[in-house]
Amino acid sequence: MTRFLVCPPDHFGIQYEINPWMRLSNAVDKDASRAQWRTLARVLEQDAGAKLERMTPVPGLPDLVFTANAGVVYDGTAVISRFRHRERRGEEEHFASWFREHGYRVLRLDEECYFEGAGDVLGFSDTWFTGYRQRSDIKAHRVLSDVYGKEILPLELVTSRFYHLDTCFCPLSNGELLYYPAAFDTYAQTAIADRVDAQRRLVVPHAEAARFACNAVCAGCHVVLPSGCPETTAMLKDRGYTLHPVDLDQFLKSGGSAKCLTLALD
Amino acid sequence: MATETVTLEGHIIDSLILAKVLDTILQRSGTFTINRMHVGATREDASSAAIAVHADSPQRLAAILHAIQPHGAVVEHAADCTVEPAPKDGVLPDSFYATSHLRTQIRLNHQWLDVDAIEMDVAIRVTMDPPAARTVPMAEVKAGDLIVTGRTGVRVFPLERPKERDAFAFMAADVSSERPHHAMIADVARRMWLIRDHRQKARTSGGDSGPGDKVLFVGGPAIIHAGGREALSWLIESGFIHVLFCGNALAAHDMEAGLFGTSLGYGLRAGCAMPHGHEHHLRTINRVRNAGSLTRAVESGLIRDGVIASCVRRNVDMVLAGSIRDDGPLPDVITDTRQAQTAMRAALPGVGLALLVATTLHAIATGNCLPAKVPTVCVDINPAVPTKLSDRGSFQSIGLVMDAASFLRQLAQALGWRE
Repeated sequence: MTRFLVCPPDHFGIQYEINPWMRLSNAVDKDASRAQWRTLARVLEQDAGAKLERMTPVPGLPDLVFTANAGVVYDGTAVISRFRHRERRGEEEHFASWFREHGYRVLRLDEECYFEGAGDVLGFSDTWFTGYRQRSDIKAHRVLSDVYGKEILPLELVTSRFYHLDTCFCPLSNGELLYYPAAFDTYAQTAIADRVDAQRRLVVPHAEAARFACNAVCAGCHVVLPSGCPETTAMLKDRGYTLHPVDLDQFLKSGGSAKCLTLALD
Repeated sequence: MATETVTLEGHIIDSLILAKVLDTILQRSGTFTINRMHVGATREDASSAAIAVHADSPQRLAAILHAIQPHGAVVEHAADCTVEPAPKDGVLPDSFYATSHLRTQIRLNHQWLDVDAIEMDVAIRVTMDPPAARTVPMAEVKAGDLIVTGRTGVRVFPLERPKERDAFAFMAADVSSERPHHAMIADVARRMWLIRDHRQKARTSGGDSGPGDKVLFVGGPAIIHAGGREALSWLIESGFIHVLFCGNALAAHDMEAGLFGTSLGYGLRAGCAMPHGHEHHLRTINRVRNAGSLTRAVESGLIRDGVIASCVRRNVDMVLAGSIRDDGPLPDVITDTRQAQTAMRAALPGVGLALLVATTLHAIATGNCLPAKVPTVCVDINPAVPTKLSDRGSFQSIGLVMDAASFLRQLAQALGWRE
């Protein structure tokens, strides 16, 4: 059973602008966001068979809900994020405390070494890919390679709208890759093509990439993704996955969706 | 040329990060040298590279570094060099940095500076306002001069392979008597032709001749004894040689040949000892001393032909360094060895080719003062001479084991001389 760390959106809202999706004028409908989050949680637990670990929300930290940015967790060790934007740095201690209290070995990177957790680290069992340039520093990924003993291939993100790797890149459990190539520079596109053959690369159309189709959660044969992405849904159905579209529009206002709202713990 | 070394670590090959960094350097008009490269043995192992980034100005270098740092290129931590004041005149601090003859830079106030007038076995003197570094021989240092000590903040550049694909392309102090000479002599001739051509064009256009636009000839008296006088004189008259280093003997026997037709008493045409011939070089020296200087001896009509006459007529920069066994010596011979070294150093800027022919001590003395980048040919019938030169550190010199007169004749013929 896949376990995910989540944080209810009790204090979620747009209180600052740190990515092109965020507009202070585009306020979050609190009731709608809570309803959407509860639906996501129910789908993950009941339909996808996942187990959810719930963090306690903290007033004044509206983005604590995006637990994908807590850090990266593997084999009992959590490397906690160092957020590029000061607005989110208050989250770091809460994430670190949660991992400590739950028996994980907790590691911190040097200050000034920006790293935004699993939002920028995704991969297959043998190779991990990391996103850099927008939020995380490439030097952080060098440290992860030492900590986890994994091959880590850094990919340059070239568009501020796709500022984390998980906004444009989603490895699936059967080895396919759902991704949006235009978010990467040509070197990164070549490196991806070198590691994932053409049959396994599933390219998301622009309109659905803009709805964060790649910000999907894959648990076994289940894929939970934002609603309104019919082509992506059809592609994945063809590959034998069971699709669970969820309306997460309130979170898209903040530049996040299904994947950003979860952190795989196993 | 500004240079900074960066390191790149991680899975830099399959991610194409290394390719991207190198491409970025080139796209921004820089160049690079990969100083060190380690490739991880397995997929999990990281790789690393140390890359020297070169650009034609510090500003362009800074722009390149700014562009590659986000991709993980880290400028290697470099500390400023350490300096200590010289304790007294002519004495260096105990831990002074001893130079090589390779291009050298020191880091001062966080900036790399070229060391001017690089040569081997001297120290580096630093001035702070403005920041500058220049070599200084031990004997010339003054009390309180700031001298670079230790090795921190000092970097030495390997010799760049010349662009030309000729005998000098692999400067490696080869010495062999069993190698065909004509190809190497042809390459020397081609370089001399190019240098003269460049000087003539610069003169026509009213500009200065550029760096490396001088040919230095260092010669011993065997040139005269062996019959190379006419060929060498022709090379000088034809504008192929611009600086001459020699001792008392070459000049004395050259002028003896002009006045008496002998060299150390041997008739150059008859090929045998002439009656009282052993006196000829003394009488020659005496007459030139009476004239007052080499220039006056030529201008007065006393000396009409030969190497020295050609040098005077062509305004060749001459440095005559004396030795303890000299007769006379001739006027213009510098008998103080420190003064002679200083005069030789003063004549070296602009030298782009050095020919060291039939002389052991002058060849080694000159080799000691020459930067490694100057193509150098050492010609001697005794293989020990070019070998000794390279043993003393002038590894860039090419040795030709052959008779000096044969070398000069072949060289002059390759450049158009007809006997």
